Amino acid sequence: MTLLKPTVARVLGWTTLVALIVLALFGLWGAPADAVQSDAQRLMYLHVPAAWIAYLAFGVTAIASGLWLWPRTRSPVWDRMAGASAELGVMFTGLTLLMGSLWGRPVWGVWWAWDARLVTTAVLFFLYLGYLALRRVPGTAEGRAKRCAIAALIAFVDVPIVHFSVTWWRTLHQEATVFDPELKAHIHGVMAFTLWFGVFAFTLLFVYLLDRRYHLECLQEGLEDRELEQAIKDRVRGSVSPPKVEAKVEATVEAGAER
Amino acid sequence: MNLAQEASLVAGKDLRIEARSRVTLQQVLPFGLIVLLLFAFALDPDRGVLRDVAPGLFWVTVLLAALLAISRSFAIEAANGARDGLRMSGLDPAAIFLGKAAAVAVELAALEALLTVGVIVLFDVSLGAIGPLLLATVLATVGVAATGTLYGVLAASSGARETLVPVLLLPVVSPVLLGATRAWEAAIDGASSDAWPWIGVLAVFAVLYTSIGTLAFGPLLEEA
Amino acid sequence: MQPVVRLRSAVCLLGRFPALAGVDLDVASGEVVLLSGGNGAGKTTLLRLIAGLLPLHQGEAEVLGHNLARNRTEHRRYVAFVGHETFCYDDLTARENLRFAARASGASASAADAALERVGLERCAAVSHARLSAGQRRRLALGVALAREPRLLLLDEPHAGLDADGRAVLDAVLEAAAGEDLTVLIASHELDRTRSLASREVVLTAGQAHAAVRP
Repeated sequence: MTLLKPTVARVLGWTTLVALIVLALFGLWGAPADAVQSDAQRLMYLHVPAAWIAYLAFGVTAIASGLWLWPRTRSPVWDRMAGASAELGVMFTGLTLLMGSLWGRPVWGVWWAWDARLVTTAVLFFLYLGYLALRRVPGTAEGRAKRCAIAALIAFVDVPIVHFSVTWWRTLHQEATVFDPELKAHIHGVMAFTLWFGVFAFTLLFVYLLDRRYHLECLQEGLEDRELEQAIKDRVRGSVSPPKVEAKVEATVEAGAER
Repeated sequence: MNLAQEASLVAGKDLRIEARSRVTLQQVLPFGLIVLLLFAFALDPDRGVLRDVAPGLFWVTVLLAALLAISRSFAIEAANGARDGLRMSGLDPAAIFLGKAAAVAVELAALEALLTVGVIVLFDVSLGAIGPLLLATVLATVGVAATGTLYGVLAASSGARETLVPVLLLPVVSPVLLGATRAWEAAIDGASSDAWPWIGVLAVFAVLYTSIGTLAFGPLLEEA
Repeated sequence: MQPVVRLRSAVCLLGRFPALAGVDLDVASGEVVLLSGGNGAGKTTLLRLIAGLLPLHQGEAEVLGHNLARNRTEHRRYVAFVGHETFCYDDLTARENLRFAARASGASASAADAALERVGLERCAAVSHARLSAGQRRRLALGVALAREPRLLLLDEPHAGLDADGRAVLDAVLEAAAGEDLTVLIASHELDRTRSLASREVVLTAGQAHAAVRP
């Protein structure tokens, strides 16, 4: 009940670790300092891959939620994957915002700017934070999966509308965004390599974490299933009465005669 | 009964309850007005700041009031197990969604009308181009009512109503706040042509979420 | 003839708790079945499962020809459930509540007015639900169920809080059931009273159903 075979997962884990170390070496020493932004620019090697993973994760959540809702492909696999991916997405969105802010302070002189991309990312962060809050609400597995799948799609549909309206709003008020579109053309070869390698390393990290989170969810559900089997056996033997929590549901049952 | 009749039955029921209990009128409206007053305290009323930002303040106030209206809309279904009664009734869930959203929209429209008077009086705003302004308001109201009803049932079915709705709803309706505010600004400045693109955004939002609501309400009503 | 209710090893969970741990039950059309059993035996859960308000977790369940494992909404229009709550709106009057329930289920306003008379609430027709007494609310709950003109009536402790007249109303409903082609499942602790009106009795113990042995 895992996405990857244990050996594959282990190999992937080590590969990811090595890739991240290589990324750190290239990011800190391999790539030259930026002419304008000096060392602050090195944060981009984490910032850009984190942003990429955030979008990838939310995309995976949306697709998995859709597959859960589609009757033919309905399976708990998709629910678990949607949840695991959304958690990673929120984490990486948070990291993206944090690193963007740390980078913005020395380069722009402010922690935050009302740039279209920043605002969209912030809204995205809150959209999926709400989704995670919903996932934590208890209920039957089926009910929770259904609620969350629908909520994920409602949120996902909103992303282009948010992006579109925010972009429009900011470009109406500002001449151009702070990101210079020309910048990418002049980017140094090693810098470009480091950036792309970062995206690669973070993608590995994403797949590895997704698998681990999925595995954890499976273990949790397996535990719940075993508890349920035991509970049915106990119930048939009549050895348990409803626990306190359930008493709320059945609380109104009147006291009465036994046969 | 067809869909429209069933929806109007549900909407009529909700509006009749509101007419009797006057919760929106006596609790949500004063809340909205006091928020407008507090904005004047927070910002400087002397330098024309309020007039410049009035559209934004108005729509933030409407969103906050909408949270209360939605909470009320599902509180009446929570009492006496009425939600189970609706589930047992055999009414089309799409009709229940449309009916409840329509009732919320009517209540919000009434609130907006009165809050507009508040904005005109307190913030010294004159409305400018009425046509685009009215259209933007109607579309934004439909969008907020539809998403609100959708998240209302989502939260009600999970049993965590009060705290979950704002955190789910506000990020989703952020484009409505943007669109409605910009459209109002343009209309007030008399630059109607700037308002139309935003009205387009509001229309897309309203149509999209009304459609999603009619599809998703049934499955969401089911999970207790 | 097709049974109105047919359950096979039905398991129903409340959270993680198996309130029904494998129930077999057959109810034929026009029967009045008394469900007995102590507190926590699963009577309420069984009725809510049949109403389609709770999901079936394992086993089979068929009500009025609808498979509940596949769809637990389609049969509801023909099923009325009287539980501990009235399903009414506090700010609407007794008559308005009845009419809303009737119209929502496709019954006529006259069905609502007939139900109002049948449960003896004509004098409270214009009183809001919030101002009705507990006993009047119990009657209204029964009235709401009848106004919907159901084929299957599920009664969960309907005697609780009813006065002598109210109990007579309930008795009359049970007596008339067979003639109206109405099937009734009634969970009650008023055993002597209900036994004389019921066609048979099913005992629930620890989430399982057994036929009662008639003395």
